[in-house]
Amino acid sequence: MTSMDYIRNFSIIAHIDHGKSTLADRLIQHTGGCDARNFQDQILDNMDIERERGITIKSQAISLPYTARDGNTYNLNLIDTPGHVDFSYEVSRSLASCEGVLLLIDAAQGVQAQTLANLYLAMEHDLEIIPVINKIDLPSADVERVIEQIDSELGLDTDTHLKCSAKEGTGIEDILEAIVQRIPSPTGTPEAPLSALIFDAQYDSFRGTVIHCRIMDGVVQSGDIIRFMYGGATYKVEEVGHFLLSRQKREVLSAGEVGYIIAGVKTISDVRTGDTITLENRPCDKPLPGFKEVKPVVFASIYPIASDDYEDLAVSLEKYKLNDASFVYEKDASVALGQGFRCGFLGLLHLDIVQERLEREYDQSLILSVPSVRFRLTLKDGTVQYVDNPSHYPPQMDIAKGEEPYIRAAMMMPERYLGAVMKLCQEKRGMNSSLSYPGPGRAELIYEMPLSEVIYDFYDRFKSVSQGYGSFDYELIDFRDSNLVLVDILVNGEKVDALSQIVHRDRARACGLQACERLKEEIPKQMFKIALQAAIGGEIIARTTITAFRKDVTAKCYGGDISRKRKLLEKQKKGKKRMKMIGNVSIPQSAFLAVLKSDTD
Amino acid sequence: MNLPGLYIHIPFCKTKCPYCHFYSTTDISSVDVFIVSIIREMALYADAFDTFDTVYIGGGTPSLLTIHQLDSIISGVHKHFDVPPNAEITIEVNPADGDLAWYRSLKSLGVNRLHLGVQSFSDQALTFLGRRHRSDDAFAALDNTVHAGFDNFGLDLIYGVPGQNLQSWRESLASAVSLSPPHLSAYQLAIEEDTPLCHSYRCGSFDIPDEDASLAFFLETSAYLERSGYHHYEVSNYAASPSQRSRHNQKYWDHTPYLGLGPGAHSFKEGRRWWNHRSIEGYLKDLAEGTAPVAGDETLTRDDLRLETLFMSLRTAAGIDVAAFCLQFGENLPEIHPSIIQSLVDGGLIVFKDGRISPTTRGLAVADQLALIF
Repeated sequence: MTSMDYIRNFSIIAHIDHGKSTLADRLIQHTGGCDARNFQDQILDNMDIERERGITIKSQAISLPYTARDGNTYNLNLIDTPGHVDFSYEVSRSLASCEGVLLLIDAAQGVQAQTLANLYLAMEHDLEIIPVINKIDLPSADVERVIEQIDSELGLDTDTHLKCSAKEGTGIEDILEAIVQRIPSPTGTPEAPLSALIFDAQYDSFRGTVIHCRIMDGVVQSGDIIRFMYGGATYKVEEVGHFLLSRQKREVLSAGEVGYIIAGVKTISDVRTGDTITLENRPCDKPLPGFKEVKPVVFASIYPIASDDYEDLAVSLEKYKLNDASFVYEKDASVALGQGFRCGFLGLLHLDIVQERLEREYDQSLILSVPSVRFRLTLKDGTVQYVDNPSHYPPQMDIAKGEEPYIRAAMMMPERYLGAVMKLCQEKRGMNSSLSYPGPGRAELIYEMPLSEVIYDFYDRFKSVSQGYGSFDYELIDFRDSNLVLVDILVNGEKVDALSQIVHRDRARACGLQACERLKEEIPKQMFKIALQAAIGGEIIARTTITAFRKDVTAKCYGGDISRKRKLLEKQKKGKKRMKMIGNVSIPQSAFLAVLKSDTD
Repeated sequence: MNLPGLYIHIPFCKTKCPYCHFYSTTDISSVDVFIVSIIREMALYADAFDTFDTVYIGGGTPSLLTIHQLDSIISGVHKHFDVPPNAEITIEVNPADGDLAWYRSLKSLGVNRLHLGVQSFSDQALTFLGRRHRSDDAFAALDNTVHAGFDNFGLDLIYGVPGQNLQSWRESLASAVSLSPPHLSAYQLAIEEDTPLCHSYRCGSFDIPDEDASLAFFLETSAYLERSGYHHYEVSNYAASPSQRSRHNQKYWDHTPYLGLGPGAHSFKEGRRWWNHRSIEGYLKDLAEGTAPVAGDETLTRDDLRLETLFMSLRTAAGIDVAAFCLQFGENLPEIHPSIIQSLVDGGLIVFKDGRISPTTRGLAVADQLALIF
């Protein structure tokens, strides 16, 4: 049993791309967590997508045995956190498992919106904060400016900062020493009843769900009967242990430690991040604070391109769900696209990730409906409905009041982009703005905006108008009145329900026209003229036409070389197979996707 | 089953036309060894093929050959295969080549059908196409054809040439019709990959008609020639009477076996298609070693055959024989796709009657796309 004095639990927090994963890799390498031969860059980001996008999606944990200058060996538990606003609750649970954080700041970019958001989170949890200036090797690094920001914008003592280049491997030893010396060792009473905080879970196809937790008080060992205090279920512990590069089985996990519990939990959905584990026969008084039911905020339906693949998709979703507790789905059916699933996501990035993983890892060809937020509708009979699926939108005449969710968006940028960003926010129905200047030449802009405006392309456009220098963070605030209508898209008079959208009336015409134009660009000419229309109820608000295909470029077909021509046609035929038939019109997947994106030019 | 057809590819040209995708070389030094070789190639297939009721000598430019050389080839055919007296024996002729005596000699060799590469009656278009004859040569060639006693012959024409408009195209058609050929082929200029024309097109040297203009040319051609008494029996082919259709080409369209000899030629028999080296060197080398100069082959799957049957049938006015298609592929198209058939009929692209799905003229214009619907 390790004495708590020799444990440090910490996390690295940073704005996206400030080098969190690279630093984590260096710490692992430096403490001998793995030798250079087996070293695979960014071990903590172990999904392909994470590595490609450079962001961490799931939390991970690893124990680093470190012999400090004082001659003692410490167990440094690094709890990695997801690096995107969609996953802020998961971040908060990881932080609740720590005593301190490394606040990583890019020497060239300086303090950004998520640097601040993460700092506030860490402060809420009373954590020791060690500012680390990374990427000091960059030619554009401006360490003096960042030190100035640490003082003026973060309000931290400038003497506390460390400098490193995770890429070059400089400054790593100082960071490890600072973790030992400045981050407090965990507190907790091994003799007290068990209370353990769940900060993540992973699915192992042999062992079932592997629960990642921090033991606050008490001890847990195999054979114990544990209970999830919110979930209510009880399980018998099969194995406990620490995370090294792989799981290391231990006799017990004790107060202050970070590790895993395997207890025959079949599905990951039974384990909720933030829940408290205690012992069935000797429970603690009350659960640990901060538990929240994670609720999806963005919804979309997923359909297989070929309706025969529905069963396949169902199996893939089930498997995918095993490792993503925040992803929810249920059966859904579209008149146009057949059987599918209505899915809920934490945000648009989460949606992107799920779609990409289903296509890449599960080899599914998908059509995704236009993402929607969850609207609140009060009907004339007084009942209140939450609607996130346009196909469940009640008749307009039954609706007394419509409301949509609003967010508070915090954006930080060099002052020179202020005008362009404000214009964008106003276009997105932003209101109640406030502006502050946390440092010279830097502006922080707060806007309240409808979430529905943000889920389409806000982030891309924000990045583009601020030329990549802006950063963005948001939180949901409340529902507000909104004049909502349902816009349907008709292809040759047939409603394509998957393309329907619930939008603010002022935006309906623009949105309908844009959908028609997008479809026109993406749907290839066919044997007949295709009418594309947008409608609110029976009223056509926009229309456009795709002319019929009229002439093949008919290559000569003699000399007996018929194989060549057949191969050309086969290629075209393959392309058509990836299309969805609506009435007699073949619509390519790209058309459905194109409708999601609004104008970015 | 119909009797197989024989295709003989003469891979020599005096000059290369920039649009042409067929294999040929301007180096004529190997003509004599080529003739020996192609006769050797015939011998290699004497067991696999027996009788041909069509022989088509194409190229390249077969009219570059002397009567003596052509005689050797045709004699070779007769030596190795049976060719019944009523067989269709066609040769492609460049209007720049041959005099009346040469035409007469062709007749004495047993050639009974000429295919004249006229392409256009506009000298401007002929220059663009890189042809080495002028419109006067075309009239002279037609004269020779008739005087030599050929009553079965056809002209090739190309439309969609830059600079051409509907009016000038109509004049070319009028010139062609005035010569009363029993058969006419009218192709839209196609930009084939890896041709000099393709290269200069990509460099932006000229424009080709857009989809609407192409359709206008196509419909005008069909209407003009139908008015002049020709039947539009295949996308690009017109005949004054059914007996004057190209019997040889029809074999390609209905999966009748055919043997192709010469570099780059394709053959088809019993579901297998194979093709020769597209180079005279490779071709001659193999034959010198006594092996068939085959570069590649494929065995058609049922799906391959099905797609070919669809797209080739839908290129002909006769269209798809529903019962025959059902017998071969187990699909009764009108029963499986009633709404598609109905909308194509309503859209004026096909006619469904007497057990056939037949494209209309507008349907022929989009024959490839029609095939992909089923």
